[in-house]
Amino acid sequence: MIADLGFATILIALCTSVFAVGAAWYGGRNHNQQWVESARNAVWITFPLTFLACSTLVYLIWTNDFSVQYVADVTSYDTPQYLKVTALWGGQQGSLLFWNLLLSLFTAASMRRNWHSERQLMPYVIAVSSMTQAFFLYISAFIENPFVRAASVAIDGAGLNPLLRHPGMIIHPPMLYLGFVGFTVPYSFAMAALISGKLDDSWIRTTRRWTLVAWLFLSLGLILGGRWAYDVLGWGGYWAWDPVENASFMPWLAGTAFLHSVMIQEKRGMFKTWNMFLVILTYLLVIFGTFIVRSGLVSSVHTFAQSNIGWYFFAFISAMIIFSAYWLIERQNMLRSKNHLESLLSREAAFLLNNFLILAILAATFLGVMFPVITELFGDKITVGEPYYEKVNGPLFAVLVLLMGVAPLTMWHKSVVEKLQRAIIAPIVIATITIVVLLALGIRNVMALIGVWCVLVSAELTLLEFWKAARARMTSRGENIFRALAQLFIRNQRRYGGYLIHLGVIVMAFGIIGLEFFQQQTQLRMTVGDTLTLGRYEMRFNGTRQYQGPDDLLINEADVDIFLGGHLVKSITPHINVYQRTGQPMTIPDLRSTPLEDFYVLLVNWESVTADSATVKVYLNPLVNWVWAGGIIFVIGTAIAAWPDPQEARVVATTRKFAVSTD
Amino acid sequence: MQALNLRFTHHILQITFLLVALFFTASVAFAQDIVTDDEVNEVAHGLFCPVCESEPLDTCPTQACIDWREEIRVQLSEGQTQEQIYAMFRARYGDRVLAEPPVDGINLILWFTIPVALIVGGYLFTRYLHGISKPTMVTQSTSATLGTTQTATTSDDEYVRRIEEELRNQ
Repeated sequence: MIADLGFATILIALCTSVFAVGAAWYGGRNHNQQWVESARNAVWITFPLTFLACSTLVYLIWTNDFSVQYVADVTSYDTPQYLKVTALWGGQQGSLLFWNLLLSLFTAASMRRNWHSERQLMPYVIAVSSMTQAFFLYISAFIENPFVRAASVAIDGAGLNPLLRHPGMIIHPPMLYLGFVGFTVPYSFAMAALISGKLDDSWIRTTRRWTLVAWLFLSLGLILGGRWAYDVLGWGGYWAWDPVENASFMPWLAGTAFLHSVMIQEKRGMFKTWNMFLVILTYLLVIFGTFIVRSGLVSSVHTFAQSNIGWYFFAFISAMIIFSAYWLIERQNMLRSKNHLESLLSREAAFLLNNFLILAILAATFLGVMFPVITELFGDKITVGEPYYEKVNGPLFAVLVLLMGVAPLTMWHKSVVEKLQRAIIAPIVIATITIVVLLALGIRNVMALIGVWCVLVSAELTLLEFWKAARARMTSRGENIFRALAQLFIRNQRRYGGYLIHLGVIVMAFGIIGLEFFQQQTQLRMTVGDTLTLGRYEMRFNGTRQYQGPDDLLINEADVDIFLGGHLVKSITPHINVYQRTGQPMTIPDLRSTPLEDFYVLLVNWESVTADSATVKVYLNPLVNWVWAGGIIFVIGTAIAAWPDPQEARVVATTRKFAVSTD
Repeated sequence: MQALNLRFTHHILQITFLLVALFFTASVAFAQDIVTDDEVNEVAHGLFCPVCESEPLDTCPTQACIDWREEIRVQLSEGQTQEQIYAMFRARYGDRVLAEPPVDGINLILWFTIPVALIVGGYLFTRYLHGISKPTMVTQSTSATLGTTQTATTSDDEYVRRIEEELRNQ
């Protein structure tokens, strides 16, 4: 009964979405406000409807209604209550429904925020975003219906996948989904600008802001996912160039390219077609990423054929490509740029080089993801593992990081060569000296040294950028350094938020180089009292114990002491959790974490664990904490850049007033 | 059906490995070399078993992977090099077992598409940039050069002024 209500809500939401597409399109074409407003009301009602559908599903999970198949799949009587809420996105059907909720939330938010400021675009914004909404609601209603009844009512459910019972997994998926669905909004605005032909500066401002919001969430999702992998998956790393990871990394790359090249259009009115293309590409990669993960295409071509969902996605992506391409070509002459590139040594050219590098990384990643699929179609499937991505993308990232430091020194129109040289000579000298020192200290890894050099130069230039601007305020206004820095962020959120993001990337880059090139590991069978040495550390194994945990957990825990220079620095307890109902083991590492390095210990779960012996795998991970610290700086920078700017709002309000009075 | 097939293959693989492993273990039981887990893992890191999805052999807990690692241990103890072991696995199970696709055959597409695209793209890109950049007139460029020599000496001051002006305009 309750399940029927949930299903009915999905159906009604599907109807309102389809109506919104039609009404908005008709109203927009015929300049009929009544139809447009009716479409808006349909959008307004879609959000409560999807919310109701999700609430219904959560209620069914909460009350253990195992007559519904999805509930039986993701929960059980002994699942803790808070996990019953997160079980909403613990499986395919539920997470697609959740996706629908977030999409309708984003669409409603964009209606609320931009209804008056972007009035002329709104009919088509509604039409385009409702098209996406209708597609996903159709999938939820007819292909992946979470309310389907079970063939027979189970006595108890299967419980949530153990991997998903970690706090990181509770926050990570919603962030990632918010990032993904968020890109629908900038796409809708871009398409609305194309369709309506209102291709002035207004749409690009709105689109940029919404892209930044989606990008913030996607970045957060990626970072949290890395942290979750490091804490739970038990292989000593945070990123494996896994197809599923790549699927969410690709839209992030395209979004990053857009956020940079959009500045050329704002400042110089150039590359309008290119920016339009990047917005469209980002959106298509979001749908594509969802498609390859949901359909199982990345695992094997054969799983694709097993479910219908793949074909629906395939059809939808094709339709959206044709739709987008048609309007892009149709409006080509309106997208002509009035200005020309004046120099290859200009800010414009630097942004273009940035785009070129990012798109190369994107293409390499795309090829790496799709190559196994393509080869499987024609014969033997080929595995594309980490080494490929490291070899192809590594050098591209190094150049990109270097460019990130140098680009802010370039000027619009044309840079003065001598000035550029003067500005970069000192950082280059300092970085080179540092490399010589590192060589003298015995570090001989050439790739790592090149990487460190690039990151160092970029770091110095970025910090100098802050310093020069702060010093200018300090001398001219007598402010102290903290006030001066704070004022920079307040006065120009976009620029200094952006530079803070760069700083976050630099800090992360140091961490990535540390783990990538200097990770040490060893695996050993140990009995009570055994010690092993790794790096500067010594580790003593004190035996294991077994006990019953919460839920149906059986915990095998090892007791390990870590010594540094003969002194005990920390006792840790890496453990293996076995969920007895499913028999699925989880290897939970424990670690001693410092800014310099992590001493990371895990029990090898395929070897036996007895009271006095176990096989341990020990990693010494240099600079891993820099990755998380950089991630935090990155997110703060993005939040500053995306925060509504009161001054910009005032400018927009004024121009709107003028626009209204001249109408 | 697919899942069944997969499981069946998995079992066959397991049994084969077990037999092979048993055979080798017996034959080298008296070998003197003790191969450490680290040596095995180093080799295993470059391999993927055909059954497990995106999980390198050195961290994969499935029985098939345990057996493969045992086989690597046996081969190492017989004095085989990493290359020889990879070649053996490749000959037996195809390219898919290698984490890093070998640079031959169809894989050339994978390895060379991006570098070639970078070179060709880079060339076209610079040509395009040259094409769309507005040729500066001689007189302008002369005055620009003159201007730069003057500003170069006071560039820092000018930079500071620029920032101040930008901040004031905000």
